[in-house]
Amino acid sequence: MKQYFKNTWDAIWTVLIGMKITFKHLFTPAVTIQYPDEKLQLPERSRNRLYVNIDDCIGCDQCVRACPVDCITLETVKGVPGDDLGLTSNGKKKALWVTKFDIDIAKCCYCSLCVYPCPTDCIKMTDIYEFSEWDRDNLIYHFGVMSDDEVKTRKENFAKFEAEKAAQKAAAAAAPKAKPQPLPEKPAEN
Amino acid sequence: MYDLLNKIIGNDYLAAIIAAALPLFIFILPFALFAVLMERKVSAFMQDRIGPNRTGYHGMLQTVADILKLIQKEDIVTSESDKKLFNFAPVLVFIGSYGAFAAIPFSSGFIGSDIDLGIFYILAISSLVVASILMAGWASNNKYSLLGAMRSAAQIISYEIPTALVIITVVIVTGTMNLRTMSEWQTPYFWNWLIFGGATAGITKLLLIPFMLVAFLIFYISSLAEVNRTPFDIPEAESELVAGFHTEYSGMKFAMFFLAEYANMFVVSAIAVALFFGGYQSPFGYLGDLFGIEWLIPLEQFLWFTIKGLLFVFVQMWLRWTLPRLRVDQLMTVCWKYLIPYSFANLIIVGVISLI
Repeated sequence: MKQYFKNTWDAIWTVLIGMKITFKHLFTPAVTIQYPDEKLQLPERSRNRLYVNIDDCIGCDQCVRACPVDCITLETVKGVPGDDLGLTSNGKKKALWVTKFDIDIAKCCYCSLCVYPCPTDCIKMTDIYEFSEWDRDNLIYHFGVMSDDEVKTRKENFAKFEAEKAAQKAAAAAAPKAKPQPLPEKPAEN
Repeated sequence: MYDLLNKIIGNDYLAAIIAAALPLFIFILPFALFAVLMERKVSAFMQDRIGPNRTGYHGMLQTVADILKLIQKEDIVTSESDKKLFNFAPVLVFIGSYGAFAAIPFSSGFIGSDIDLGIFYILAISSLVVASILMAGWASNNKYSLLGAMRSAAQIISYEIPTALVIITVVIVTGTMNLRTMSEWQTPYFWNWLIFGGATAGITKLLLIPFMLVAFLIFYISSLAEVNRTPFDIPEAESELVAGFHTEYSGMKFAMFFLAEYANMFVVSAIAVALFFGGYQSPFGYLGDLFGIEWLIPLEQFLWFTIKGLLFVFVQMWLRWTLPRLRVDQLMTVCWKYLIPYSFANLIIVGVISLI
């Protein structure tokens, strides 16, 4: 009998306690972040979409080799003497024309491994994370700025240069034939 | 109200039809729209969320948009269902809750039907809900619906007993079943309301107060169960039974169930107000009396009744977001082992007190 009244009392009392708690929460400000309107500050080293500052890129291919999922495609053409490729931001001279720099961000696993080896810090993580697309092909980002014509001329230039060099070499090889050749001996030393 | 309409229109039938449709259009529909929004907002605030805030100013038009959407939706009738019962159940469930509005004393100038059996009539007509819920559950031909309907029938029939016992207690004290007389008896001063012992004099009043409090608690708990609100929402327990008896309903038929649920919420709150909290009476007298403006009094009464009713609707929502759902056996325990003995003892004691 005692338990019976105790149960009754407990029921009423605990309900009142619960109601007190919920009533307090009625006046607690909402914790909702209304996402598209307000965004949280991202953590400092958060990894999101990659960006390549193509002006700084020297085409060293290090990021391509670092990428574990092979999402970066890099094609370069050597510059010929007389081409003005300009300098990178840290003062290095560029030697290669970057004809193609594609990142398939759909394949990217956001490991940031391509960022570390970059000698000019031109590939980096941005804080953009809203880049969904209707077409998967739109997720391949083309960072190369050279037009097809330009690429073509650069390639032709280089081919011409090569051809000239080859011709020079051939000429040089043809002229002094009697020159002694110490080359075969060298590997033996190593 | 009917007399006034009769005078304006000069036709008995037309006046009766208009008088019957008035509560629906000036009260039930706006109330349902408001209550659904209030429910969502209250739940959001209690969970530290914001709630609907995109449609209109602070989401005010959310429920209107929802209703528009529900009207446009396809009316799906499952192939294995009992078509006639399936289509009739949502209508019947609304008839039950709408019928109860007939005897609710909104104000001294606006009572649908001023009958002497007021509270008894409400108790009787709101039992129609059980029939329609069973009908919906059975006709859906769905195991979850049937389970929900069975639970609902068991629950509502069980909880009608403590409700009826409490109502008898109140009827013993007031000596009338007419809700208007009952409201008039609890004068427009809050210390004369039944929860504070009613308009009785001397020692009887003091003796009545604790028992009226118990009676009110029992009434409120069992009325919560009768309208299937949490913590007694096992008939439509989302996590167990999908949506209970209205799993198979969609579009406007679902909206009918929804409307009936919210109308029922107000009906039970209105009964609680009429029985224990002075009905349509103001707690501190009337401005109309003060300034001698006669026509202001019914309006004030309507306002007070709505405010008090909404307060109890708010408490229902408050409880909903506070308490978890009861198990079926716990539900039956609460009713048969606790509420009924208490209400019965309460009835006897109040009977003895009023004899003195």
